[in-house]
Amino acid sequence: MKVVIVGCGRVGAALAEAFDGLGHNVTIIDTSTRAFDRLSDSFSGEAIRGDGTDEDVLRRAGAEDADVFVALTEGDNRNIMATQVAMENLGAKQAIAKINDPVRAAAYAELGIATVCRTTMLTDALLGFLGLKPTGMPSVIAPVPHVHEEGAPMLGASPLSRAAGRSPAEG
Amino acid sequence: MFVLVVGGGKVGYYLTKELIESGHEVVLMEKDRERASQIADELGSIVVPHDGCEGKYLGEAGCSRADIVAAVTGDDEDNLVICQMANHHFDVPRTIARVNNPKNESLFRHMGVDEIISPTRMILGSIEQDIPVHELLHLGALADDLEIIEAHLQPDSPAVGRAPADLAIPDGCSLFAVVRNGIATPLRPDTVLAEGDKVIAIGRADCERLLHEQLIGTPMEDEAS
Repeated sequence: MKVVIVGCGRVGAALAEAFDGLGHNVTIIDTSTRAFDRLSDSFSGEAIRGDGTDEDVLRRAGAEDADVFVALTEGDNRNIMATQVAMENLGAKQAIAKINDPVRAAAYAELGIATVCRTTMLTDALLGFLGLKPTGMPSVIAPVPHVHEEGAPMLGASPLSRAAGRSPAEG
Repeated sequence: MFVLVVGGGKVGYYLTKELIESGHEVVLMEKDRERASQIADELGSIVVPHDGCEGKYLGEAGCSRADIVAAVTGDDEDNLVICQMANHHFDVPRTIARVNNPKNESLFRHMGVDEIISPTRMILGSIEQDIPVHELLHLGALADDLEIIEAHLQPDSPAVGRAPADLAIPDGCSLFAVVRNGIATPLRPDTVLAEGDKVIAIGRADCERLLHEQLIGTPMEDEAS
């Protein structure tokens, strides 16, 4: 699998190494070369310095052929834009953006981007650890299937209600 | 008209000021508190000192009743997200975004931003108008101070309608090929040059000025004056 990761922070670096260890073809992008110090010497993937929202940089990283594209920088909007460039302009097959604002995370899932929200993830983990009832807000939201019709409103169940209404397979 | 402006930099500030002066209702969102209070001192309590990318604050600023949202921060990714949130989450009928990287224009359009303003593109367009398109083009350098040069013949070129033999080609320089409609052919004594031809020449660098006069027509501009 071809994997492109934007943002070589702790999560980005750990994910890159995990994919690399499983034998996948990994390219990681960061604006700072110092961020690549987080990668261990055994990392055999590629590290590219550049702006992950820049189409040219993403092209150089091979986002056009990416099976998985993950944007994990500290900026919600940078992650959103990077995944949109990767999917809309370059045709990446699957893209996931880390969006820490729960409102934006849910809104973008409706616009066709898979989102990961650290805010809801940590909140629920902490509530659960302390024996309290978790909020139940999903922290990983699959995108609503993209029906692209000019002028038509985005219909279909919201990811929240879909997640809540999910029941064990019937047959 | 109720306009929500996001980004209190120079553009956002003057935009807000002009809109107020022409009688519109305006709210400006600026996340830098110091900058926000500075603008509020001048323009009154129309400044929301919060991040306009955050759904919660967009809502509090009255985004859902805005007629227009103008995203004019210095960051393309912020402007795109502001417009998308306004459009899809708050049903704002019209969104305007400032785009800095011209390569992002198509993405913004594709993502449903109604109006795209690209200062970079505007300045670029203005500069390109000032650069003559009919200059000589250096294709490559050879040994012995020789260069390969291409001249793109414009309608006003003195070479149009003439054969190479009729031109005063400087010594030490030779025209050897012409590219017409994408097809390259060797220049023959009876070739008649036409508008749009690309004439390929090899010559010493100091022939350039004469070559320019013969093929382009206008005297060559000095690099420094």
